Amino acid sequence: MSALRELSREFDARRAGLLVRVLPPGLYAGRARMLVMRSALASRSVWLAIVSGFFEPLFYLIAMGQGLGSLVGTVSGPSGQQLSYAAFIAPGLLATSAMNGAIYDSTFSFFIKLKYAKLYDAMLATPLGPVDIALGEIGWALLRGGMYSAGFLGVMLTIGLISSPWALLALPAALFVASAFASIGIAATSFMRSWQDFDLVQLAVVPMFLFSATFFPLSVYPSAVQWLVQAFPLYHAVSLIRSLTTGVAGWSALGHVTYFVVMATVGFMVASRRLTTLLLR
Amino acid sequence: MSDSLVQARGLRKRFGEFEAVRGIDIDVRAGEVFGFLGPNGAGKSSTMRMIACVSPRSDGELQVLGMDPDVDGPQIRARLGVVPQQDNLDVELSVRDNLHVYGRYFGMSRAAVRVKATELLDFVQLTDRADDPVEQLSGGMKRRLTIARSLVNDPELMLLDEPTTGLDPQARHLLWDRLFRLKQHGATLIITTHYMDEAEQLCDRLVVMDGGLIVAEGSPQELITRYSTREVLELRFPPGAEASWPETLRDLADRVEQLPDRLLLYAADGEAVLAAAHRRGVQPTSTLVRRSTLEDVFLRLTGRSLVH
Ligand SMILES: Nc1ncnc2c1ncn2[C@@H]1O[C@H](COP(=O)(O)OP(=O)(O)OP(=O)(O)O)[C@@H](O)[C@H]1O
Ligand SMILES: [Mg+2]
Repeated sequence: MSALRELSREFDARRAGLLVRVLPPGLYAGRARMLVMRSALASRSVWLAIVSGFFEPLFYLIAMGQGLGSLVGTVSGPSGQQLSYAAFIAPGLLATSAMNGAIYDSTFSFFIKLKYAKLYDAMLATPLGPVDIALGEIGWALLRGGMYSAGFLGVMLTIGLISSPWALLALPAALFVASAFASIGIAATSFMRSWQDFDLVQLAVVPMFLFSATFFPLSVYPSAVQWLVQAFPLYHAVSLIRSLTTGVAGWSALGHVTYFVVMATVGFMVASRRLTTLLLR
Repeated sequence: MSDSLVQARGLRKRFGEFEAVRGIDIDVRAGEVFGFLGPNGAGKSSTMRMIACVSPRSDGELQVLGMDPDVDGPQIRARLGVVPQQDNLDVELSVRDNLHVYGRYFGMSRAAVRVKATELLDFVQLTDRADDPVEQLSGGMKRRLTIARSLVNDPELMLLDEPTTGLDPQARHLLWDRLFRLKQHGATLIITTHYMDEAEQLCDRLVVMDGGLIVAEGSPQELITRYSTREVLELRFPPGAEASWPETLRDLADRVEQLPDRLLLYAADGEAVLAAAHRRGVQPTSTLVRRSTLEDVFLRLTGRSLVH
């Protein structure tokens, strides 16, 4: 435990060194992990949200995988191999749970803390700066996405939906996915003015969930639509994780990971800037 | 380099077109209690936020603890204790965890914050509420917790923006006592308030702000001597009957102020003015001769309901 703490301190310090070069001074104290600690302490009272976030994909898996699956039979996997319908959609649901976990904390909860609880104004009276806040909140949202995913991965393993040791990498992959959605979530929320704007989040998330090759292969779309689907992040998440749980991971996985690294970086930069203008006014 | 903990020269704050602070000079010396007085919108909080390094200045010079807030914000903030005008406690945490987590933001160790939290809860008399959620506290208790929180890092300089607003008289006196003790332990305090008695009791030196400018500066006693007379005669009249009296009495006093419910006559000798007023046939429902207070200075400087 103390070794871990040492490591995270080291990590914070290194990152500080790097960030100081790319950001103006005075915005970063290198203590983002304190926000994660604070969220963990606060979330003792919201276990329910976490549990429901974990059960939601499970219900989909049962309803669609078993129910619909009995009608569908088998589906062609990433390399043409035949998969049970449940094994086909499970990685899609895993990717979605990583996304949902990250989105929940980076949009709704973040908005409340920013606009109503004035939590970050209180933090700014300490050495913490906007960059600590952006990193810390992204870190926590990412952890929640990771927790949802780990739980669901356990379920997949238990009911035999995993056919490859590559699946071990599905968890780190889910963390990449979650960090990208968390960063974009924070960045987008920093532009929101009222609760009505959150309909936009639903408008982005629901179609992505339904159409990102989650429930059927990309090949069912005409090629123009395929391009469109491939532009959206959840498609990359689903493909990446499906290739891992079905054991056909190739170089394309690196492409997906790059997508998420870029998305996370852009989100983080925008979020830091926006928080700076919103909080240091 | 001076020995001022806060030094401002021509300090300005603009919000878009509007200028909230329009070029002020301040020097806060180590160990003193320095006050900001002024009507709503005078620019007190805007100034406090600039000193707290959470609001970049628009113009002018500012040094806090010998450093520049634009460059060394985190280093300065590490040594400040801030009580904002509006409580922003962490409502998702318990009373004790609020202190705990806040100390951790300052980089204190777990063991150190544990000791400190216990000590501070005792200091603000919230020990028996330590494990309650913050939401269950009364307004005054929240205010006390906010003050405890601001002390977690043993600040050298405290910024208190209307610390006692919303407190009952007993809680206010408890707070004054606590603030006084902090001062005795060598802390420097900057405080804004709308309570003149508070300013008079606590402040060694104060400035009166109005419309983004400093309109007067000095110790409470200096300000009273400079801007008011030794005594004040207060006259109350039946509703509707007071309108004509200011003209009749103007030459008896140095200055006359007409408030909605009473007339204030400023003079060195209040009793003498009262006797003269009686001789002119003035029949107030009640009279009071008292010493001048900061209230009178404030009234004069910020020009509320002034009769020339
Ligand atoms: N973030 C902001 N954006 C725009 N205007 C602001 C902002 N903050 C303060 N102001 C304006 O600046 C002026 C000074 O406000 P400030 O809060 O400093 O006053 P104050 O002296 O603290 O008043 P009060 O006694 O009511 O607390 C006001 O006119 C206010 O509307
Ligand atoms: Mg104010």
